[in-house]
Formats: sequence, C-alpha cells, structure tokens
Amino acid sequence: MHRSKVRVATGVLDANDTIARANRADFDRAGVRVVNLMSAPGAGKTALLERVLMDGLGEVRVGVLEGDVQGSLDAERLSALHVPVTQINTDPGFGGECHLDANMVRSALGAIALDEIDLLVIENVGNLVCPAEFRVGEDRRAMISSVTEGEDKPLKYPLMFRACELVVVNKIDLLPHLDFSLERFLANLDQVNPGVEHMLVSARTGEGVDAFARWLADVA
Amino acid sequence: MHELSLSRAILDAAVEHAQGRSVVAVDVTVGALRQVVPRSLSFYFEIVSSGTICEGATLRTHVAPARLRCACGHQWELREPSFRCPRCAGADVTVLSGEELAVDSIEVEELAEESAEEPAQEPPDGARKEERCTAAR
Repeated sequence: MHRSKVRVATGVLDANDTIARANRADFDRAGVRVVNLMSAPGAGKTALLERVLMDGLGEVRVGVLEGDVQGSLDAERLSALHVPVTQINTDPGFGGECHLDANMVRSALGAIALDEIDLLVIENVGNLVCPAEFRVGEDRRAMISSVTEGEDKPLKYPLMFRACELVVVNKIDLLPHLDFSLERFLANLDQVNPGVEHMLVSARTGEGVDAFARWLADVA
Repeated sequence: MHELSLSRAILDAAVEHAQGRSVVAVDVTVGALRQVVPRSLSFYFEIVSSGTICEGATLRTHVAPARLRCACGHQWELREPSFRCPRCAGADVTVLSGEELAVDSIEVEELAEESAEEPAQEPPDGARKEERCTAAR
C-alpha cells in the first residue's frame, strides 16, 4: 500500500454557489428580484420590514422568506401585514444552522408563490459571521447594524460589512441615550468597506425608513 | 461557527475525489480575510469525517495572507481591517490574495495489486492528533 496525492482544486463553497446560481436562475425566470437581508440578532430586521411593509412599496409586490433557527414568531408578525411569508427553520440540521445556505432556500422554493411577487426579501438568521459566506441566489445584499451594537462592529466583522452593498444603521432614535459615536462608526465602516452606501433609520419612529423602502423598490 | 458548515463542504469535496480510497490528509487554503479559525476547522472536520473514508485524516490548513493593491500602484499586506490605501487613502483597492477558501489536494492510500495484503501503514494515533493542529497559523 502506498500513498498518493490527488489534486482537488475545488472552492469549498463551489457546491453552495452552484445551487445559488440555480436559485437565481429560477428567480430570474419568475421575474423576481431577491434581497438577502442580514444582521446580528436583535438589530431590527423584522421590525424594519414590518415598518416598510405596513406602507407597502407602491406597485412592487413583496414576499418574505423568513430564516430562523427555530419557531415562526417573525413570520407571524409579518403575515399580520398580509404579505406572503414563507418560513425556513434551520434546526433539522446538526443542532440548527446559524445561517441560510443555497440548499435551504432551494428546498423552500416550491412554497413561495413566485408568480405573485416582484421582490423577495430573505431575512437571514441573525448572525454577523456565517451568512456572509453563503450566497443563496440573491441579487443584492443588505445588512442592518443597530447603534446599540457599538461603533466597533465593522472592525470586528469585516467579512459581513464587506459582503453587503447597503448598510442600514438602525435604532437612531436611541442615539441621545447612548455613548455611540455615529461619526466613529461611519469612519470604521469606511475603513472596512470604503464608499459603501449607508442610511440612518429608526424602525421604531419610522425616521429614514422611506429611504430603505426606495432602495428596495429600486432593486425590484 | 461557520467552520462547521465549511468542514462539511471540505469533507464532501474530499470524499468525491477520493473515489473510495482511504484519505489520510486534506490540504486546504484559507484566506486571511475569511474569518475562518483553522483550529475550529480541524475540530469540526474530525467530527464530521467520523464514519467516512476521511475518518482520522489530517486537515492541513494553509493561511493565505491578505495582500492588497491600490490603483496608485502601492501594494501591501493587510494587518488590520483597513481597506483604504495607506499611501494615498484611495478606495480603488484590489484584493490580490486573502479571499481563498479551497480544497487543494488530498492524500489517499492506494491499494496496489502486489501489496494489497500488507496491513495499512497507520501512524500512531497520538502522533497524528498532534499533527492535526500544527498547520494552524
């Protein structure tokens, strides 16, 4: 018996990316644009979507794919707004995945009424590391960073802050009560992802939410 | 945390290329910008490979440094997450290396006809365990 070396030269994420491209092709065929919305847990993904969907996006018909490790609390909140919501739970896997991958989204495709929507917002599992690695077939990637998380987050999670094309800074209504320096946060963001688009919002008061709604409508 | 999913993807690639042969080592390149912890990757790989033809295989992680080039011509190695050019402060910066995440090769045991009856040359268990983590940065 002897040992020999076998060349592999395969990207670790190639298999995921192949499925992501298949998802994207299916979305394209259905004329649906897709946004992958990511953030840490509790940054306000669902609250921001609630606020945006309450007023709607004009002509654009929106659906939501809700990714959670467990439960359907967020999906229930959103379906109260009469928006088609599909739930994916990641817990049947090894202890519950901390992100959505292309295959999970693929397995949910049949449950999404693609012919009834123009824009699908995928609310990823709350996590600032893993979702950044896994493409799911989206057109655009956006993340929410809330001011309660601290101004150092771009420096601590550069992978996520570099993976997205839009950074929504949420909970700005709390700024008077925090030591958070918006200026320092934006400087940190600029270091990690120079020139990335950002907007300041409060899902609670509604301030700035119209800008996010316009961004979503533009994607569609 | 993503090391678990990544270790599964590495296992899938290794198993596919081994074509049934027993795998003794897997060589992986991980870019410094990937936020992958080599020790965690090895730890999870040991778990997910158990019961497969990769069981007991050593995962050798090679870290590719983050190298950037600015439109002004300046090239540098990134030590902290600051993607603006340190010379001209420009943002027109290209990542030359540091985003790799690939299975480069695997080492397998060939069952040659003439030596098919020889016992497998397994290294002592302790030695192999030690080897497993040393490739971490």
